[in-house]
Amino acid sequence: MLIKIKNSWDLKESDVTSEANFLSRRKFIQAAGIMGAGTAASIMVPSMTNAQIASKPGSNKYDGRDLADQQTSLDDIMSYNNFYEFGVDKGDPMAKAHTLITDPWSVTVEGHCENPGEYSVEDLVDHNALEERIYRMRCVEAWSMVIPWVGVSLSQVINKLKPTAKAKYIYFETLVDKKQMPGQVNRVIRWPYREGLRMDEAMNPLAIMAVGLYGRKLTKQNGAPLRMVVPWKYGFKGIKSIVKISFVEKQPVSSWMRLQSEEYGFYANVNPRVSHPRWSQSKERRIGEFTGIGGLSRQKTLMFNGYGEQVAHLYDGMNLRRNF
Amino acid sequence: MLAKKYRPWLRLLIHIICVAPALWISYQIWLWLNFETHVLTANPIEHITDFTGKWTVRFLLITLSVTPLVKLTKWRLLVYRRLLGLYAFLYGLMHFLNYMVLDYFFDWELIIEDVLERKAITFGMLALVGLLILAATSFKFAVKKLGKKWQKLHRLIYPLTIFAVTHNYMMVKADVLIPTIHAIILAMLLSYRLYMYVQINKNSNKIRIA
Ligand code: HEM
Repeated sequence: MLIKIKNSWDLKESDVTSEANFLSRRKFIQAAGIMGAGTAASIMVPSMTNAQIASKPGSNKYDGRDLADQQTSLDDIMSYNNFYEFGVDKGDPMAKAHTLITDPWSVTVEGHCENPGEYSVEDLVDHNALEERIYRMRCVEAWSMVIPWVGVSLSQVINKLKPTAKAKYIYFETLVDKKQMPGQVNRVIRWPYREGLRMDEAMNPLAIMAVGLYGRKLTKQNGAPLRMVVPWKYGFKGIKSIVKISFVEKQPVSSWMRLQSEEYGFYANVNPRVSHPRWSQSKERRIGEFTGIGGLSRQKTLMFNGYGEQVAHLYDGMNLRRNF
Repeated sequence: MLAKKYRPWLRLLIHIICVAPALWISYQIWLWLNFETHVLTANPIEHITDFTGKWTVRFLLITLSVTPLVKLTKWRLLVYRRLLGLYAFLYGLMHFLNYMVLDYFFDWELIIEDVLERKAITFGMLALVGLLILAATSFKFAVKKLGKKWQKLHRLIYPLTIFAVTHNYMMVKADVLIPTIHAIILAMLLSYRLYMYVQINKNSNKIRIA
């Protein structure tokens, strides 16, 4: 069941998150000031009661704890990123993403749809419909976070663009601009970064277009101004800083498939039973939880990252070992 | 040439240099645990794995560089080769212990699965076992006991370094620049040996003919 919270913008900031997170957010504001990122609070999402969070899609309890109590600190979310457009080290995006210009931003929509054209972020994502979604994020590298995203269902965006019957897949591209994205000098990936989803996956209510996290605009290293979040798939499916959306007939080739097709597939559904050639996917390390008792060992990875109830039907009858 | 009286100092200097990375990472771990800063990134365990892994490869390559360097410069450095090799083993051991204890926390099922089923880790394990054998037989007692066999045994350093660099290459996700540099350095060091080997054989052939 989806719960939408509308227009109660007058809540205090400290209501949104726990104090620890609130503190780290203050640090973030300072950091943003230093970086000149200018990401002042322009999006605020109302806080939700526990009952509401519990009934949100996919926020089933994990380890007997509510997801809201497990949120990864903003410091960690902002400083540990795979965003090769800014460099291959996890710290590069934080250090270098300030060169990205996210305003103005334009997204080209093309392919099999009734409303192709150039769109601004506001055109695509209705800021009055923003919701907070607390999702687990499982990286293919066997670590995970819990992130309170702000965005709208991808299906809302797609409905605006009106794909035709010919559209079987949706395809996305990230910006290419070496000046704004210095990591693109290094051709580890053939730019632009590409991703795609089957239409029915994209229309699943869990898939979102995010424009914020922790109640604020997305930071650049997290994919500002517009990124996809598909919580039942490995993190690399969540393409960042999107400049192109295309509705296509054939299954697109994603960047990681192209780079190493035997290691990364099109579907990339989180699956503890299908290991990566170089490491097991059966367990994961939750970022920020190493020091507590028992925190040393990894926790079990769940099928579809724990969102099976909402998405397993999409793959009925498919061999998930072959379609990894 | 190195005057004899400076040798203990040189030995001390080498120890200091070799221990420095371990001290550095220990200091960083201490900072992390006490001040919860981001010195070790948001994923400290992975960072420690990478750090110790890199230094293991570096010490292996440095160890293999000693002989060519001695030939080139005539400096008497050969006596330090064993020491450098032992440090390579120590860093490799830290790398593995970090994986076994901090990362997988004695999850033997997963560790065994990793070592047996994932080629990249198999190569790492072969390299480490090789280093363990060399380290265990590096003391005077073993050298005496093994006699001629010792030298043969210690040629293990070549395949195990190849395994180590292969493991390094396979473990990085996309950016193979650093492992490629390691591989090039290793290829140069091995070519040098091959060249010397061919030269010596040629000469001995000549002598036989003459
Ligand atoms: C002495 C032999 C070994 C050497 C020289 C070595 C070296 C390295 C190097 C250079 C890396 C890459 C670091 C980077 O990303 O920059 C690495 C990664 C790794 N090694 Fe080893 N290694 C050795 C043995 C082992 C063994 C025995 C294991 C486990 C059984 C192991 C497990 C790993 C793992 C899991 C990673 C990936 C860390 C990550 O998540 O990035 N290594 N190793």
